[in-house]
Amino acid sequence: MKLLVAVKRVVDFNVKIRVKPDGSDVELANVKMGINPFCEIAVEEGVRLREAGVATELVVVTFGPAAAAEQLRHALALGADRALHYVTDEPLSPLKVAQALQKLCEQEQPDLVLLGKQSIDSDNNQVGQMLAALNDWPLATFASAIKLVEGELQVTREIDGGLETLGMVLPALVTVDLRLNEPRFASLPNIMKAKRKPLESQPFAALGVEPAAQTRLLGVMAPAVRSAGVRVGSVDELVDRLRNEAKVLP
Amino acid sequence: MSVLVIVEHHQGQLADSAARLVAAATQLGGEVHLLLLGQGLTEAGEQAASLRGVDRVLLAEHPLLAEGLNDGVDRLLAQVARDYQHCLMAASSHGKDLLPRLAARLGVEMISEVTGIESADTFLRPIYAGNAIARVASSALVKVLSIRASAFTGVSGGAGGTPVERLPVPDLRCRTRLIERRAVRSARPELGAARVVVSGGRALGSKEQFALIEALADKLGAAVGASRAAVDAGFVANDLQVGQTGKIVAPELYIAVGISGAIQHLAGMKESKVIVAINKDPEAPIFQVADYGLVGDLFSLLPELTAKL
Repeated sequence: MKLLVAVKRVVDFNVKIRVKPDGSDVELANVKMGINPFCEIAVEEGVRLREAGVATELVVVTFGPAAAAEQLRHALALGADRALHYVTDEPLSPLKVAQALQKLCEQEQPDLVLLGKQSIDSDNNQVGQMLAALNDWPLATFASAIKLVEGELQVTREIDGGLETLGMVLPALVTVDLRLNEPRFASLPNIMKAKRKPLESQPFAALGVEPAAQTRLLGVMAPAVRSAGVRVGSVDELVDRLRNEAKVLP
Repeated sequence: MSVLVIVEHHQGQLADSAARLVAAATQLGGEVHLLLLGQGLTEAGEQAASLRGVDRVLLAEHPLLAEGLNDGVDRLLAQVARDYQHCLMAASSHGKDLLPRLAARLGVEMISEVTGIESADTFLRPIYAGNAIARVASSALVKVLSIRASAFTGVSGGAGGTPVERLPVPDLRCRTRLIERRAVRSARPELGAARVVVSGGRALGSKEQFALIEALADKLGAAVGASRAAVDAGFVANDLQVGQTGKIVAPELYIAVGISGAIQHLAGMKESKVIVAINKDPEAPIFQVADYGLVGDLFSLLPELTAKL
């Protein structure tokens, strides 16, 4: 079984982002970047399927600026076999990413595509679902467990009311949730080894995906700031204030 | 001009989010049509028809739809949605799963987690875990929007007399099989719609001690929530997680107990009307958003608070 995992370079999850003074976008200059945490979980799951002998090859791909090669090297250090980098500096909508991944699925013919459930910058939670529809593949979103049982992919999903397990035929698409696994650290020897693994770089235009560009970012604002509240000294004072000041208790 | 709103239902009852979705749809202008997918929808359909501002209710009934699987449903919906200017669904786990598939089938870009509607084509949505609000304009032929229900106030009941129609459902070609569904049953109110939410974090220490949170919640008639740390530690089921990757709530009163207040957690609750934080660390970031902060040991404060309510 061949696996394809897409990764995204995003602002590190610990960074407190700022809105640009002109309100045009979020400030990204000189901000620490890293692999999207959900993408890292997808890579880790791919590596585990590879180590378990379920998968024979793990290919990672990214669409993004030249610097996004760092995230591919990181995925290679975690255990991916080879990487594809389609270089572009323009922001891509989820639909466009899904269309590009569809082209790539035609070229690479993977049996399973693993994606993060959402990127922590744009918070869209769309690409996997869109790609499944474009490929016309079965899909399981928000996976917290994945196994292959007699050729059937069985995926446990995190849903609003609890958990559900779906069975589906391959090829299929899975988007992963936080609880699927805990990604390993890339060891120094593996980081060194990753430098010799194949990383193929091409312009994004090579995929021949035309911009849909139906969504225009008009501006970005800081959210309304909550005014700092008060410290209360005791449970009695808290109950009193909730009853008589905030009036949220009867 | 008309708006298609796909509304959810649970055990035959219309979901609480439906009234909030209708409120959002009303802001777009034009007729509002509600669509329910499933089997045995008569009662939920009547509830949908009783909401103020709804012009038509459509029921798509099929045994396969009863299982709540989305495989093949996007294809059916694409036929229906093509004739609308907008298609809305709650940003629930079901909506998040289904709506992008529909958008891709329609060849349109979609907009996730809409929290504000400025006009029929301009929307507000949070990005970066709610640390920025994006204003976006869409020129898509069908504007497919998932709606953050907690950002809208639900409509009330209407005059009635809204027509209910059944849609013909063709063969769905579902290639996905439901092996098991483990629903977490709770007598408490639904987390996303509760008026009061009491949430616990890692500091509770164990599943047994998390009962202190449940006791307070029961006293208040509140829903129980949790931080990711509490879920990962196994104190509660993951569907109670509040945050960027869990549920987004905006209750009248949110009580955070033993929760430090990481960015990812704040993303899920900072729109709450009144926030109370109980934490022994006076420097915890949760105090920066809390209206009322109480510094101290939760194991003594929590029983005291429960007793005094």
